[in-house]
Amino acid sequence: MSATAVHSLWTRAGEVTTAAPGDKFTAPTIEYAQLAPVLIVVGVAVLGILVEAFVPRRARYTTQVFLTVVALAAAFAAVVGLAAGGYAGEKAQIAAMGAVAVDGPTLFLQGTILLVSMVSVFTFAERRLDPAAHGNRVDSFAAQAGAVPGSDSEKAAVKAGFTTTEVFPLVLFSVAGMLVFPAANDLLTLFIALEVFSLPLYLLCAVARRKRLMSQEAAVKYFLLGAFSSAFLLFGIALLYGYAGTVSYAGIANVVDGTVQEIDPALASTMGNDALLLIGAAMILMGLLFKVGAVPFHMWTPDVYQGAPTPVTGFMAAATKVAAFGALLRLLYVVLPGLTWDLRPVMWGVAIVTMLGGAIVAITQTDIKRLLAYSSIAHAGFILAGVIAASPEGVSSVLFYLGVYSFVTVGAFAVVTLVRDAGGEATHLSKWAGLGRRSPLTAAVFAVFLLSFAGIPLTSGFSGKFAVFKAAADGGAGGLVVVGVISSAIAAFFYLRVIVLMFFSEPKADGPTVAVPSPLTMTTIAVGVAVTLVLGLAPQYFLDLASQAGVFVR
Amino acid sequence: MSFPLLTATAALPAIGAIVTAAVPAAQRTAAKWLALFFSLGTLVLAGIVFVRFEPGGDRYQLTESHAWIADFGVRYELGVDGIGVALLALTALLIPFVILAGWHDADPLETKSSRWRPTQGFFALILMVEAMVILSFEATDVFLFYILFEAMLIPMYFLIGGFGDRAHAGTDENAAAQRSYAAVKFLLYNLAGGLIMLAAVIGLYVVAGSFSLSEIAEARANGSLEMASSTERWLFLGFFFAFAVKAPLWPLHTWLPNAMGEATTPVAVLITAVVDKVGTFAMLRFCLQLFPEASKWATPVILVLALISIIYGALLAVGQRDIKRLIAYASISHFGFIVLGIFAMTSQGQSGATLYMVNHGLSTAALMLVAGFLITRRGSRLIADYGGVQKVAPVLAGTFLIGGLATLSLPGLAPFVSEFLVLVGAFSAYPVVGVIATLGIVLAALYVLVLYQRTMTGPVGEKIGGMPDLRVRELAVALPLIAVLIFLGVFPKPLTEVVNPAVQHTMQDVQKKDPQPEVEAAK
Repeated sequence: MSATAVHSLWTRAGEVTTAAPGDKFTAPTIEYAQLAPVLIVVGVAVLGILVEAFVPRRARYTTQVFLTVVALAAAFAAVVGLAAGGYAGEKAQIAAMGAVAVDGPTLFLQGTILLVSMVSVFTFAERRLDPAAHGNRVDSFAAQAGAVPGSDSEKAAVKAGFTTTEVFPLVLFSVAGMLVFPAANDLLTLFIALEVFSLPLYLLCAVARRKRLMSQEAAVKYFLLGAFSSAFLLFGIALLYGYAGTVSYAGIANVVDGTVQEIDPALASTMGNDALLLIGAAMILMGLLFKVGAVPFHMWTPDVYQGAPTPVTGFMAAATKVAAFGALLRLLYVVLPGLTWDLRPVMWGVAIVTMLGGAIVAITQTDIKRLLAYSSIAHAGFILAGVIAASPEGVSSVLFYLGVYSFVTVGAFAVVTLVRDAGGEATHLSKWAGLGRRSPLTAAVFAVFLLSFAGIPLTSGFSGKFAVFKAAADGGAGGLVVVGVISSAIAAFFYLRVIVLMFFSEPKADGPTVAVPSPLTMTTIAVGVAVTLVLGLAPQYFLDLASQAGVFVR
Repeated sequence: MSFPLLTATAALPAIGAIVTAAVPAAQRTAAKWLALFFSLGTLVLAGIVFVRFEPGGDRYQLTESHAWIADFGVRYELGVDGIGVALLALTALLIPFVILAGWHDADPLETKSSRWRPTQGFFALILMVEAMVILSFEATDVFLFYILFEAMLIPMYFLIGGFGDRAHAGTDENAAAQRSYAAVKFLLYNLAGGLIMLAAVIGLYVVAGSFSLSEIAEARANGSLEMASSTERWLFLGFFFAFAVKAPLWPLHTWLPNAMGEATTPVAVLITAVVDKVGTFAMLRFCLQLFPEASKWATPVILVLALISIIYGALLAVGQRDIKRLIAYASISHFGFIVLGIFAMTSQGQSGATLYMVNHGLSTAALMLVAGFLITRRGSRLIADYGGVQKVAPVLAGTFLIGGLATLSLPGLAPFVSEFLVLVGAFSAYPVVGVIATLGIVLAALYVLVLYQRTMTGPVGEKIGGMPDLRVRELAVALPLIAVLIFLGVFPKPLTEVVNPAVQHTMQDVQKKDPQPEVEAAK
C-alpha cells in the first residue's frame, strides 16, 4: 500500500468520528482496480530493491531494466484499461476514501507520465555511449554513488565494474509519486506525493558518472531549494486547514464557495478567515510553481538541469513538469475556482515574467543543457497561459501541451547524450559547431526538436502553442497571448542560434564526435521525432483525447 | 469525387523534394535531373490548372475541402481565384529556371565526407519551398495559409544560410559569418511578423469562430458577423504587419538586401520573385477580404509607406556598389508599386498589382539570373570590378540589357503593362500619389542604365577579357524568360482575362467603385 492511502486513513477517520461518534473505527475501502497504475509501479519498485539485495551483481542490470519497462508498460495498460472502462468520463470518481481522484485529467496525465518515463528509462539503460571501463560497459551513472569523487575507492569501484542499478527502482518510486501527484484529492496526499517523487529525484541528480562534483552540487541545490518549497507548501496546507477545517479538496472548495455554513467549534476562531485562505493558497501555489519551474521560483532549474546526469535531466524535465502542472490544474480548478479572480493578477504576473524571463535569459546561455533549462522555463510560462484560461478548453489545451512538450524534451536530451568528446558529453555550445556537417542526421533530428520548441508550424510544438494560446484568448487573456507571441519570437532566436551553429559553422578540428547509440536510445529519439511530426501534422486524435479528458471530478 | 488537382500541384514538388533528398551522395547529377523533372511536372500540372480555370466562373474554383483539425476549427480547404492561378503559374514557371540556373551552385567544394550531401539538399529545399508556396496560393483556410506562411521560412532559411555565394568578396570565414547573419536576420524578421500574425489569427478565430475564408467573408457580407471596428483594426494590423515584412514594405525591408546579397542568385530569385509574392498576394486575399473596413481605414498610411518604398528603394538602388544589392533595392521599389496598386482600391490598380507580381517575378528572374552568370564568371559582386563586358560576351550583355529594360518597364515588355495600370489606378483615386510614384520610373531608368553602362560598356576591365559567353544551359534559362516577357508585353490578354474577374470580386469586398473619369462624366 502506498504511503498516500495510509495518510488518507487518518484524515478520513477524523471526519467519520465527528459524524458518528459511536463508531470507533471504520475499515477503509480501497478501490484497488482504480489505483492499479500506482500500485503496479510501487510494487515493482519494492521488488527492484529486493533485486538489489538478492540478485547477483552480474544479472542485476538486465533484471532491473526488464522489470522497470514491464512495470511501466503494465501500468500504462492499466491506465488505458481504466480509460476504456469509462473512468475518464461518466464513471470518474473519488477513490481511496477521498484521497485520490480517478478522472479524465488524472488518467491522461498518468498515461503521459508513464509513456514518457518509459522512453526516458531507455536512455537510463544506455550502455554504449561511454567507452567501456576495464572491459565493462557503463552507463551514465557513477560506479558507486557513495565513493568520494577521485578517491581510491571510486577507482576500485570502477575497476570492479560496479554500476548503480539502484537508479531503476528510484525512477519507479519517483514515477509512482508523479502518478499520485496530479490525482491527489486532498492536500496531505498532495504533499506526500510531492515528497515521494522528489526524494528519488534528488538522489538521481547526484549520481552522474562524469563531472561528479557538479552533479552532487546540483543535487544539494535541488534538495535544499526543494525542501524550502516543500516547507512553504506544508505551511500553506496548515493555513488552509485552519481556514476550512479539512484538507480534502471538495471540503475546502465548499467553504470557499460558502456552501458550508456550520463552523467547526474547534476552529471557530479561524474558520472562514479570508486572510488564511489567501495566504495559504499563495503558499501552496508557491510550492507548485517551484516544481514547474516558473519565475521567480526557477532558480534551481539551470543548475540542476546542467549538473544532473543527462538521462535524469530529460526524465525530470519532462515527467516532473507534467505531474506538477497536473496538480496545479486540479488545485486551481477544483479547490480554488472561487478564488479565480483574486489569483488572476498574481498568475498573470507569474506567467508573464516566466515567459519573458525564460526566453530572455536563455539568449546568453553557452551550455546546451542550461539553454534547454531556460527554454523549459519559457515553456512553463506558455503552459501557465493555458492554465489561467480557466475553462475546460484551457484544461485540455494544457494537457495536450504537456504531452507534446514532454516527448520533445526527452528526445532533445537524448540527443544531447550522444554528442561526446574525451570528457564525456560535450555540452558547451561552441563544441556543437559544424555538427550538421559531421553527422547530418543527428543534427537534423536535433533541429526538428528545436523547431518544435520554437513552435514552428508542422511540428507538435506549434499545435501545442496554438491550443494554449487559443484557450487563453478565448478565456479573455488576450494580453497573455500577445506577451506569449513576443516571447516566442525572442525564444526563436536562441533555438536558431543552435541551428546556425550546427549547420552554418565550420566544424572545429577537435570537435566532439557523435556516439552511435544502442537501439534503446535510438528508440527514445525515434519516438520523440515521430510524436513531434505526427502531432504537428495530424493532432486531431490527441486533441480529442485531451478534450474528453478535460473535466475534473469533484 | 474529382481528381484533386490543386493538391497534386503542391504534392508533386513535395514528393520531388523527398525523392531528391534521398539520392545517394555520389549521384549528384541524377539528383539535379530528378529535381528538374519534378519541377517540369509541376509546371505541366500548373498549366492544366490554368487551362481548367474558367475566368467567368465561380470565384474559387477546383475547390477541395477535407476535415483536418476539428478542435481548432481548421479544414484543409483549397481553391484558386484568378489571382491565385496567375501566381501559381508564375511559381511553377520560374522554378525550373531557378533549378537550371543553380545547376552547379551547390556542388561540394571537396568530396571529403561521403555523408554530407549539399547538392541533394539544395534542390530538395528548392522543391520544398515550391510546394509550400503553391499550396499557400491555393489555401482558402486562414489557418492552413498561416502554417504554410511560417513553415516555408525554414527551408528558405537553410537555403540562404547553407549555400552561400561563391563569388563573395573577402575571406571565406567572413563570408560564412555574413551569410548566417543574413539567414538569421531573414528568419527573425519573418518569424516575428508571423508570430504577430499568429496572435491575430487566434483573435480572428475568437471573433469569427471559423478559419474558412469563404465562411467568414460570407458572414461578414450578410451581416451575421459583426466586428467592432477597433477589433477589426487590430486584427488587420496583425495580418498586415506579417505581410508587410514579407513583401517587404519600408521600414520593414532591411532583411531583403542582406538575404539577397548573401544568397546564391537562384535563391535570391526564389526570395524576391516567388516567396515574397506570398506577402502581397495575402494582402489582396486576406487583408482586403477579411477586413475591408480596416483596409480602407489604413489606406492613407499604407499608401505613404508604399510611396516611401518606391522612392527610397530606387534611390538606394542608384547608390549601390554591389550588383545583387542593387537588384534587391530595385525590388523594394517594385514592391512599393505592388502595394500601391492594391491599396489604391481601384480595379486598374489591383489588376495592375496582380500583373505586376507576375511580371516583376519574370523580369527580376531574368535580370538576376543573368547577373548571377556574370558574377560567377568574374567572382565578384562589385560593379566597379566590371567594364566592357559587351565586347567580350555580347549575348550575356544583350540578355542582361533586356532583363534590365524589363525592370525599368520599357513599353513592349511585360512590366510596362502592369506599371502603367498601377499608375493609372493610383492616379484616378489619388492624383498626388500617382504623380509622386511616377518618379520611381525615372529613378528606375537611372539605376538600370547606369548599371548597364558601368558593367557592360567602356574599356574591357581587368579579368574581363577572355570571359566566355553564355553556355547552352544558361541560354536555356535566359531566352525563354525573355520570350515570355516579350509575349506578355505585347499580348497580356491571357493573364488579364484570368485576373480581372478576381479583382472585381475583391473590389466588391471592399465595396469600392472606380471613380468615374471626369471627362466621361461630363458627357
